[in-house]
Amino acid sequence: MIPELGHFALILALCVCLLQGILPVLGAHNGRREWTALARPAAQASFLMLAASFVALAWSFYVNDFSVQYVAAHSNAQLPTLFRFGAVWGGHEGSLLLWVFMLSAWTVAVAQFSRTLDDTMVARVIGVLGLVTSGLLLFILFTSNPFDRLLPAAENGRDLNPLLQDPGLIFHPPMLYMGYVGFAVAFAFAIAALLSGRLDAAWARWSRPWTTAAWVFLTLGIALGSWWAYYELGWGGWWFWDPVENASFMPWLIGTALIHSLAVTEKRGTFKSWTVLLAIGAFSLSLLGTFLVRSGVLTSVHAFATDPRRGIFILVLLFLVVGSSLLLFAWRAPKVALGGSFALMSRESLLLTGNVLLVVACASVLLGTLYPLFIDALKLGKISVGAPYFNAVFVPIMAPVMFLLAAVPLARWKNTDIKEIALRMWIPGALALVAGALIPYLMGGWTVMTALGSALSVWIAASGVIQVARRLKSSMPPASFWGMHLGHFGIAVFAFGVTMVGGFQEEQDVRMEPGETVSVGGYQFKMIGVKDVTGPNYAAARGEFEVTKGAGAAKILEPEKRNYFSSTMPMTEAAIDAGSTRDVYVSLGEPLEGKAWAVRVYFKPFVDWIWGGCVLMALGGLFAMSDRRYRLRVKEAVKP
Amino acid sequence: MKRWKKRAAIIGGGLAAVGIAAALVLNALNSNIALYVTPSDVFAGKAPKNQAFRIGGLVKEGSLRRDNITVHFVMTDMVKDIPVAYTGILPDLFKEGKGAVVQVKTNTNGEYIATEVLAKHDENYMPPEAKDALDKAQKTKGASAP
Repeated sequence: MIPELGHFALILALCVCLLQGILPVLGAHNGRREWTALARPAAQASFLMLAASFVALAWSFYVNDFSVQYVAAHSNAQLPTLFRFGAVWGGHEGSLLLWVFMLSAWTVAVAQFSRTLDDTMVARVIGVLGLVTSGLLLFILFTSNPFDRLLPAAENGRDLNPLLQDPGLIFHPPMLYMGYVGFAVAFAFAIAALLSGRLDAAWARWSRPWTTAAWVFLTLGIALGSWWAYYELGWGGWWFWDPVENASFMPWLIGTALIHSLAVTEKRGTFKSWTVLLAIGAFSLSLLGTFLVRSGVLTSVHAFATDPRRGIFILVLLFLVVGSSLLLFAWRAPKVALGGSFALMSRESLLLTGNVLLVVACASVLLGTLYPLFIDALKLGKISVGAPYFNAVFVPIMAPVMFLLAAVPLARWKNTDIKEIALRMWIPGALALVAGALIPYLMGGWTVMTALGSALSVWIAASGVIQVARRLKSSMPPASFWGMHLGHFGIAVFAFGVTMVGGFQEEQDVRMEPGETVSVGGYQFKMIGVKDVTGPNYAAARGEFEVTKGAGAAKILEPEKRNYFSSTMPMTEAAIDAGSTRDVYVSLGEPLEGKAWAVRVYFKPFVDWIWGGCVLMALGGLFAMSDRRYRLRVKEAVKP
Repeated sequence: MKRWKKRAAIIGGGLAAVGIAAALVLNALNSNIALYVTPSDVFAGKAPKNQAFRIGGLVKEGSLRRDNITVHFVMTDMVKDIPVAYTGILPDLFKEGKGAVVQVKTNTNGEYIATEVLAKHDENYMPPEAKDALDKAQKTKGASAP
């Protein structure tokens, strides 16, 4: 009964969303207030319907209703309650339901927090979001209904993929989706502005906090996914350039360009067309990501099941969104007024350079991700593009971005004197040179890459600290100033972590017997033994390792090799001793003869700085969003 | 500065950035593409020389042999067998009789040395490349049989 109610709510939501997508937009066009007034109530109604539907699915998981096909495929009576909740979005159908649910949550948030915007604008934004939601709801109802019944009901569920039985599943997908879907809001604002022909500073100001919010969620979502892969997959890596990782990273790159371009549009009224294109691009890449992950065209960790119908449906949706928005853009763009002019050396031009580099970086990732698909589609054979490609292309493109981002806050709008900037950057420059020469040497070996990474990190961090200190002398800066510097500081921390791990990690795969010791990164790992233990829904071999450094106290690490009762798939649970300047990492490979095991031992210097840097970036975004001038100026803008 | 000069500088800068990026991309693609081949392809001499490539197929039943931390096994498409050695820890889902993909470059004494072994993350899921290899082999087998 409950699943049918959920299904029914989903259908109702589709009807409401279609209304929400059509009437307010037409109303805004014809100036019919009674139609535009429908936008907010419709958004709220569809949100309630989708919430009901989502709760119905969660309930089916909670009560182990194995007559629902999706529940039977992704849960099990023995699965702990917490993971049963996470399993709601542990598969294709449920994760799409989460996608639309979040989209409608964003829509309701726009309806709620836009009281100061003028009604026609709100009607258009909510209308566009309604159309996008309808498209995805059609997709769910026709190809991926999570409420399909399984008759006769299964005795017990097939269980959740053991890889997903981790608290990471509870947080990573919702966070990531909030980001993905949040770009729909930036997209809707851009389309609404194009429809109204009012592509002005006010539009950029409204759009900015929303775009930044989406970017914050996406940053955290990607960081969580990376961290999860690091400790759960047992491979010890934090980024693999897996196509699905790229699918989330491309919108991030474009989103980063977008928040900076929006700043220029708001402050100076320029880059309007570029900003609109970026907003369209960020959301299109989010959809492309969904297509790549869900269509099964990719070989990936995340590609669970494949159904060609699904791929085609999303592809059509993608073409509709991209095609119609570009057409609209082509029609409206010639009417867009040019903004203020700027000199060759100005904050505008520097931000534009950074923007172009970010877009180029995104394009190179896109190329590497899609190239194998094209080659395959053209029947030229099957190939794979490896991680070295991405590293070789990405680092040279991003290094100038990092070089620029330290200096851009010093540049003036319209026209800036390069000498003045140079004069104020000599201290960070000198510190960067020293860091580039010294840090790699102290860590154990100088290479070009580690020198470059260390120098750029220190360059950004030092210039940020100096700029903040100088600014504090005059007055307390606004939240957006703190946001910018916090975000940039996060980049420095992140880059430092990446450089150190890349250059100085140590890894060994060894055969170990109880009593044996290996030494990695200055740490001694002594294997005590391996014993059998039993968990709630699995049996495991648990290793015991004693880790010491010099004469320091010993630490016990207990990696596990689990066998879940409901599957034949073994799982490696790495044991990690995390620290602020290094992680040591032990995971069990497979048992060898006698009591010996194949064991993987890692020493990872500064690895946690990678995720720490991401958290700082997200915090920076939060500060930037909270700047009170958004709320103040929005009120001013509404005044006639 | 004159307007056209500024525009020329911006356009020139943009083109230069794109050009450099394109050069980087082509260069990196050239050296980092791995072609997928089937064990039969390897026998037919279709595997690239002096470049890494990937073999998709099944891990032959009963072929797995451990020698300290090095693992020896045979990749098969049920028609031809290719012996492979890998030093290190195998993925959890690597099993005899299951699909896998290995990236190899060099060959010592008739045995290919794998630098990477991939098995999928869902027990019901076969890597498309492995499945492809089996399908192809079945086809040629069927065609050559009377």
